[in-house]
Amino acid sequence: MDITIPVLILAIPLFMFIFLGLCGMKMSHKLAGTLGTLGMGTVLVLSYFTAFTYFFSGAPEFVNAAGERLQYMVFDQTWLQFTEKLVIKLGFLLDPISAMMLVVITTISFMVHLYSMGYMRDHHGVYEHGFQRFYAFLSLFSFSMLGLVVAPNIFQMYIFWELVGASSYLLIGFYYTKPSAVSASKKAFIVTRFADLGFLVGILVLSFYAGTFNFTELTSIPVEGIADTYQVSLSTSESVLGIFQNSAAPMFMGASVLTWALVLIFMGGMGKSAMMPLHIWLPDAMEGPTPVSALIHAATMVVAGVYLVARLFPLYLMEETSLVIITVVGALTAFYAAMVACVQVDIKRVLAFSTISQIAFMMVSLGVARPEFHHGLGYMASMFHLFTHAMFKALLFLGAGALIHAIGSNDYTAMHGLRKHMPITHITFLIGCLAIAGIIPFSGFFSKDEILSSCLGYDWMAYLWMSLVAGMTAFYMFRLYYLIFWWKEHKTPEGHHAPHDQPWTMSLPLVILAAVSCVAGFIPFGNLVTWNGHPYDFMAHFDWSVAAVSLAVALAGIGLATVMYRKENSLPEKFRKAVPALWNWCYHRFYWDELYIFITHKIIFGCICRPLAWFDRHIIDGTMDAFATITNKASDAIKPLQSGQIQMYVWYYLIGVLALGTITVLCLI
Amino acid sequence: MFSNILIYFVVIPLLMLAGVGLCRNVRQIRAVAVVGSTALIALSVVLLLQYLDLRQAGEAGPMLFCDSWSWFAPLNINLAVGVDGISIAMILLSSVILFTGSFASWTIAQPKEFFLWLILLSTGVFGFFISVDLFTMFMFYEVALIPMYLLIGVWGSGRKNYSAMKLTLMLMGGSAFLMLGLIGIYYHSAPAGQPLTWNILEIASHNAIPHGWQNFLFPMTFVGFGVLGAMFPFHTWSPDGHASAPTAVSMLHAGVLMKLGGYGCFRVAIYLMPQAAHELAWIFLILTGVSVVYGAFCACVKTDLKYINAYSSVSHCGLVLFAILMLNTTAMTGAIMQMLSHGLMTALFFALIGMIYGRTHTREITQMGGMMQIMPYLSVCYVIAGMASLGLPGLSGFVAEMTIFVGSFKAGMADFLSGAGSLRLVFTIIACCSIVITAVYILRVVGKLLFGPVHDDHHRTLTDATWWERFSTAALIVCVAAIGCFPNFFVNLIKTTFSPEIFAALGM
Amino acid sequence: MEITAIYYLVPALIMFCCGVYGFITRKNMIAMLVSLELMLNAVDINFVVFNRFLYPEQMEGMFFTLFAIAIAAAETALAIAIIINIFRAAKNIDVRSLNEMKF
Repeated sequence: MDITIPVLILAIPLFMFIFLGLCGMKMSHKLAGTLGTLGMGTVLVLSYFTAFTYFFSGAPEFVNAAGERLQYMVFDQTWLQFTEKLVIKLGFLLDPISAMMLVVITTISFMVHLYSMGYMRDHHGVYEHGFQRFYAFLSLFSFSMLGLVVAPNIFQMYIFWELVGASSYLLIGFYYTKPSAVSASKKAFIVTRFADLGFLVGILVLSFYAGTFNFTELTSIPVEGIADTYQVSLSTSESVLGIFQNSAAPMFMGASVLTWALVLIFMGGMGKSAMMPLHIWLPDAMEGPTPVSALIHAATMVVAGVYLVARLFPLYLMEETSLVIITVVGALTAFYAAMVACVQVDIKRVLAFSTISQIAFMMVSLGVARPEFHHGLGYMASMFHLFTHAMFKALLFLGAGALIHAIGSNDYTAMHGLRKHMPITHITFLIGCLAIAGIIPFSGFFSKDEILSSCLGYDWMAYLWMSLVAGMTAFYMFRLYYLIFWWKEHKTPEGHHAPHDQPWTMSLPLVILAAVSCVAGFIPFGNLVTWNGHPYDFMAHFDWSVAAVSLAVALAGIGLATVMYRKENSLPEKFRKAVPALWNWCYHRFYWDELYIFITHKIIFGCICRPLAWFDRHIIDGTMDAFATITNKASDAIKPLQSGQIQMYVWYYLIGVLALGTITVLCLI
Repeated sequence: MFSNILIYFVVIPLLMLAGVGLCRNVRQIRAVAVVGSTALIALSVVLLLQYLDLRQAGEAGPMLFCDSWSWFAPLNINLAVGVDGISIAMILLSSVILFTGSFASWTIAQPKEFFLWLILLSTGVFGFFISVDLFTMFMFYEVALIPMYLLIGVWGSGRKNYSAMKLTLMLMGGSAFLMLGLIGIYYHSAPAGQPLTWNILEIASHNAIPHGWQNFLFPMTFVGFGVLGAMFPFHTWSPDGHASAPTAVSMLHAGVLMKLGGYGCFRVAIYLMPQAAHELAWIFLILTGVSVVYGAFCACVKTDLKYINAYSSVSHCGLVLFAILMLNTTAMTGAIMQMLSHGLMTALFFALIGMIYGRTHTREITQMGGMMQIMPYLSVCYVIAGMASLGLPGLSGFVAEMTIFVGSFKAGMADFLSGAGSLRLVFTIIACCSIVITAVYILRVVGKLLFGPVHDDHHRTLTDATWWERFSTAALIVCVAAIGCFPNFFVNLIKTTFSPEIFAALGM
Repeated sequence: MEITAIYYLVPALIMFCCGVYGFITRKNMIAMLVSLELMLNAVDINFVVFNRFLYPEQMEGMFFTLFAIAIAAAETALAIAIIINIFRAAKNIDVRSLNEMKF
């Protein structure tokens, strides 16, 4: 495959970032925005071309005789050499998931670029301050995210992992004069940094034993020539496992080193993908402009954790414990986030918690995936859900952006009954809600159904639990939908225009994404993305009983939401009164933020930093100063000896002479 | 004598001294400083290229461009010069920082005297890096230290007398240890019957220092240089000293002088006394490992910009010494990378702080805010410096830290698996934690200082950077990004030093 | 009665002690100078005596004494000049108040 196109996919956004960052402020807003969008459009075309070539050209480097998709290294340049073997390379790896992610990222990114042309200006058409900077940062983010997904080795992934973190920081803090945005961006960066510490240590452990950063060497799938096995090829499996077993790798606190490495790496994924207890940054990240939330905090960056686990999936398979941990964390997070989403007032917060919950779905799906059950259905389901979720969640966020732009507030209490005022937004938002609730034939139905199937294949408890969460998803999304578009007639405040649909730059992405959400479910995903590249026709294995149950659950959730929120009534209030404690806990997100504030401010700052700083100034520095002071005092003490009184000196002299004389005499005797 | 390129690193500053002495007005002084430091940069680039050429051609000696001129024959004192990859990296760093420092002190008061002392200081720095003779090395070391007293005492701010005195006395205290160590090394430099020598290469090849003596001399030299490298608990000169020093002096001091410490620890303490380094490394590992997190934690609660940065330097320089003590090639390469990276980015920080202070006349972050709206250029530079400091990929800090962590982890695991204790491993993990704490204090400063609403309405009238300020910061940012984007070039340069013969004794 | 060296040395010692005593106790600089002269002369006597009794064939002690006398004269002149200048500056020649040069 030609190397130019992959290079351009990475180079164009990087160039756009540098160019807009350095020269953006000199050019007009419109020019900068257009340039950024055009650049992204080019990358979109190139990525589609690349993904299409990979999936459908059937070239021997992409697919082997058995129809298995292969990993293909487009290029791999040495960037930093640690030792002979341990080398960080920058490269471009094409395989099913990276090709899929190229499509997802460029699609959403292009939509967001286009959408922001309309969103980042007020009703009079005046562009926001820093519009050019916004596009520069968007380009930086796109570059980092693309670099992350095509990474052929774990260290390149870490590098771009940090870069997406930084661009997320810059974009959340885009409105840098707003203290809440500043603290939200800081929080996002530091929480994910903390998680990255785990990731880094995990990488160090893994690379120490494996002696390589390279994914292909670490996971070794699919190896050419294995036709009928869904296992990791035996030889490589043995070699990788052998590294960990034969090197006298000690057990550490009751778990093997490999488990530790994998769990630590998963910790990095927990941070980026906002798994409990590292989820606290994501709701606050909604302080950023809404298109940013759609791009970074719904569709692409937050699924990086899922992507990471998927990348290392064959390794995770070797350690049952690590997969169980992933499942448990995912299941708890999904339930928690769904509960919280049921009572939030800020529409972006609802969407944020819904994102957390849906990503947890993907995590659970990876956690329960086993090669024995339907050839690793969970893995495929997870990637499928990642794809469909990216589309409909971006749609929902962009729709929310349109609402916020029209109303000027994030709060649903300022909305209500907007269905007649903003028809396009209404219809597209409804499609998004149906998709996320899992109603046939919208995309979410298919992906969620597969996830539930694989949960059922793993354990019925997991199945029940996740079905419950799926029902809650339908409920809170339709609660949101009704509260925004129904509930009661919209009252426009005095002196305001009635809300209306937004310009085409904002509506077009909504329509496109809605269309994608309608049809994406019918993509034969199993033919494209599976954990070992072996195609799998899931429609042939479709379990209609699971589908029926999940549809029923979703409809029940929607029904409940309809009863409670379609028309203004007192049911929600009654519910709140009935279980005040539960409601309060959910409303305050189970007080996680308060807990974190307590830990950081009271314990880390109050009990470590401040005492240390005091210790440094008073004890360490005090000791140093004490040396000086003692020297000073001692000289002061003997200073009066030099009184300037010559007769005193004579006395000292005489006494000295006498003393010396006495000593001499005594010695002689 | 003048056929050796290295000697010009001392000659040019001396010529600059004479030139500044003859200058009559500030424009001439600036011209001399800029021309001279540009010449130094050019010379270091030439040296770099020649060095790489020679290495390509298969020169395998531990040091190239070696030369020696007798200075005081009865004591075997020579002016012996020679460079390897590490010295060249340091020379490049010094010349870049001297260059940008000259721009940063464009409008200093009493420019003539200031530049005289500044250039004298850099003479010492360059002399130190090119020397391979312990005695002349020590002499240049002192030449680099003493002008600091006057530079801070006269041109400083705040409690400048106290700080200048403290800094000088503590560093002189370190020198006292150091001198004891160096003289001790001299008297054991050669096996019985052979003439004693001050030459590092000869001492290393003799490897004749008895084990018992090594155990005494290693701590002496390591602490002696470690004081300058801001090793806990001898770091307290750094916050006060930096807080009072004028901009260019802070830049040179944190950017270059603190590197003298790390360089000396490597070149003298570890290189000449490998056995003791093996045995006693654990003591200093604890001290430096503590420095790394301790400095970072202290920086979290300080409110004076220069104090924050000084503590951050304690943390980052702690990492340098920490990595050197890991005694493996990767970690040591990382240590040198960290010296380069920290030198550039901390110089950038101090330059920016100086420029902000020059406008607002306060360094308290509680009294400032919203600088991004007032001086966007400086603020963007500050964000970039901050990102470099907290290890953003693409900037220098990331490369250095990762190399150190990979190397240290390797050393730690090797120790752990061979049953040699888990000290290295534990401290490596602790040092890794610093990436989080660094993010905390950097983002805290960035958030308070640059973002948010404007705190003080008087600040609204302030102007953004002038052309010379833009030039000096932009030059540093380019260097930081260059290291961050193309690290392998620098890593390979540094690795030319770690040839097998040199480290046979270290068992590496 | 034979006159031995002790007959000269004891008065010289007494003279010297008087000089020391005077030098320590007197506060007037002129008086201190006088005491100093006493000590010098006591030492001169010692020189002469030891020369006479130990090495009668040599004259070094005598010469030394002559030198000392000459130098003492010069020194006195110098000292008095200094004292006069101090008096002009400080209006006072009390040593207790003249300790500006301490430390």
